[in-house]
Amino acid sequence: MRALFTVFGKEFLENLRDRRTLVSALLFGPLFGPLLFGAMVSRMLNQSVVESDEPLKIAISGAEHAPNLARYLESAGVKLVFSPLDETAARAAVRSGAAAVVVIVPAEFPARFAAALPAPVLLVADSSDSQTRKSADRVRTLIANYGSGIAQLRLQIRGVSPLLAVPIAVNDIDVTTPTGRAVVVLGFMTYFVLFAVLMGGLYLAIDSTAGERERGSLEALLSLPVARATLVGGKILATCVYMCLSLAISLTAFVFVFRFVPLERLGMSANLGPGTALAFFGICLPFVPLGAALMTLVASFTRSYREAQTYLTSVLLVPTLPIAFASIYSLKTKSSLMFIPSLSQHLLMTSVLKDEPIAALDILVSAGSALGLALLLIVLTAGHWRRETMLG
Amino acid sequence: MIEARALCKRFGAIEAVREVSFVARDGEITGLLGPNGAGKSTTLRMLYGVLTPDSGSACIDGLDVRGETSSARARLGVLPHAAGLYGNLTARENIEYFGSLQGIGRDPLRARTDELARTLGMESFIDRRAKGFSQGQRIKTALARALVNDPANLVLDEPTNGLDVMAIRSVREMLRKLRSQGRCILFSSHVMQEVAALCDRVVIIGHGRVLAQGSLDSIRERSGAASLEEAFLQVLENMGGLC
Repeated sequence: MRALFTVFGKEFLENLRDRRTLVSALLFGPLFGPLLFGAMVSRMLNQSVVESDEPLKIAISGAEHAPNLARYLESAGVKLVFSPLDETAARAAVRSGAAAVVVIVPAEFPARFAAALPAPVLLVADSSDSQTRKSADRVRTLIANYGSGIAQLRLQIRGVSPLLAVPIAVNDIDVTTPTGRAVVVLGFMTYFVLFAVLMGGLYLAIDSTAGERERGSLEALLSLPVARATLVGGKILATCVYMCLSLAISLTAFVFVFRFVPLERLGMSANLGPGTALAFFGICLPFVPLGAALMTLVASFTRSYREAQTYLTSVLLVPTLPIAFASIYSLKTKSSLMFIPSLSQHLLMTSVLKDEPIAALDILVSAGSALGLALLLIVLTAGHWRRETMLG
Repeated sequence: MIEARALCKRFGAIEAVREVSFVARDGEITGLLGPNGAGKSTTLRMLYGVLTPDSGSACIDGLDVRGETSSARARLGVLPHAAGLYGNLTARENIEYFGSLQGIGRDPLRARTDELARTLGMESFIDRRAKGFSQGQRIKTALARALVNDPANLVLDEPTNGLDVMAIRSVREMLRKLRSQGRCILFSSHVMQEVAALCDRVVIIGHGRVLAQGSLDSIRERSGAASLEEAFLQVLENMGGLC
């Protein structure tokens, strides 16, 4: 047991003195998520504010054929730029970005309108651009509203109740709570948390295995009368401690970021205070030894620092897989899913964010499966370290 | 005392070591001499227990390395071929790490490290980080690390490899000093002069076999050569060890 703590102490101290490890484990890894997240949410905020405040500006050609429609659009706050464009010119203008949305009223519009036949209007826009698509949608809705107003008048003139044309009235009732809406945005924050956990131990896992081999200190270490399991245990323990530090820094940063990002303006409330951060820490804690053991095991098979780095970068993506599956199949929190590490942490953290009640059994299963798998990986790692191929 | 009893080791189709037997006695320096790829490192690795022999056994002071791993290894200091240090630790921390892993208490360990630093002339750099060490400083630190548990037996795999003349000289002096303390020293080399300058006994090995062993004089006499170098070449050629 003493030897285990000796190994732990040495790995901890050695990496504390290594700038590369420190920067990646305690700076880049844990802060990447919160900063990216803060920037993203701020940008989303700005966008949605811009969208509702800024007047919609479109180019219109042939407005003289439909003066009432043009007036209606103007009265609805649309800024019209009158420019005589034919269809080809309009396509070119939209494609080049000179105009976001172009409405063309063809010359046959007045005649068909007067004859109560569907009068054509061309709406030119690029639907692959999310910005102009929204503008095009707004224009389309406005024109449709104008059209249904005209339709009602036509029915009334013919002595028919316009209500006959409305057989079904749909009323949207949105039950999303402000917190629930925030969860959509915060959903992938959980991945950033797990990313920070792994990044915290990444370099230590490499340094204590492949690094030891590359430096040439491994053989001397292996020739000592110390059980290989003890060496592996001490190294994984040190990796765990760095991962916990990284997790704590990351969560603290998240709490700060959310204090400065005005989520309420998006109609959201994120309950990410110190209490939630502590809950997150507790939920992620069993994932720590699992990640440490996995990275140490993978790195133990590699010959050099560089090779270990290559493989471990893919390990960083492993926890995204269950989370990605969950969001593709929109899985709800279920006890059976608690057996899957990383997914269970994701679901539990999401529940905490949503203020949902969490079953004690779910927590136990989540922690138990992660710790069980961690133990298995530690045993496998120790087994590999006992093999002669370990010398390289 | 270090004993190799009919050690055999194969890696796949390659027979790296075949029936290697020899004894390295206390108070003597024994040289394991052979060209590159002769099986020196593999033999030493079986002696310090990081490789398991396919057959045969290795004993340290009569203790089987396989069966009584811990107690056998506790009597052994090892300087492997790759004797890398931890660059972010000081020389002292490097040495004390190995001492602490072998269960030496804090205060005795400190005293022992001071003593080693004095004997090996490391006082000027003992508390500096190993990152910028010269070859000589590095080998001294690695040797001190191997000696931290005050072992009666010492195995060194090509300890002078890549060292400059001054460093080689100080390694030789250290080994002689250790011999005078009655320790059993076994070291490997592919350099003739190295062995001639230091050893009391030589084990010549080629193609994984022991080709000749005995005192320097006896080997020279047996081969009828004028110098040890010639004797060495003759032995290797006779056994086809050079091809």
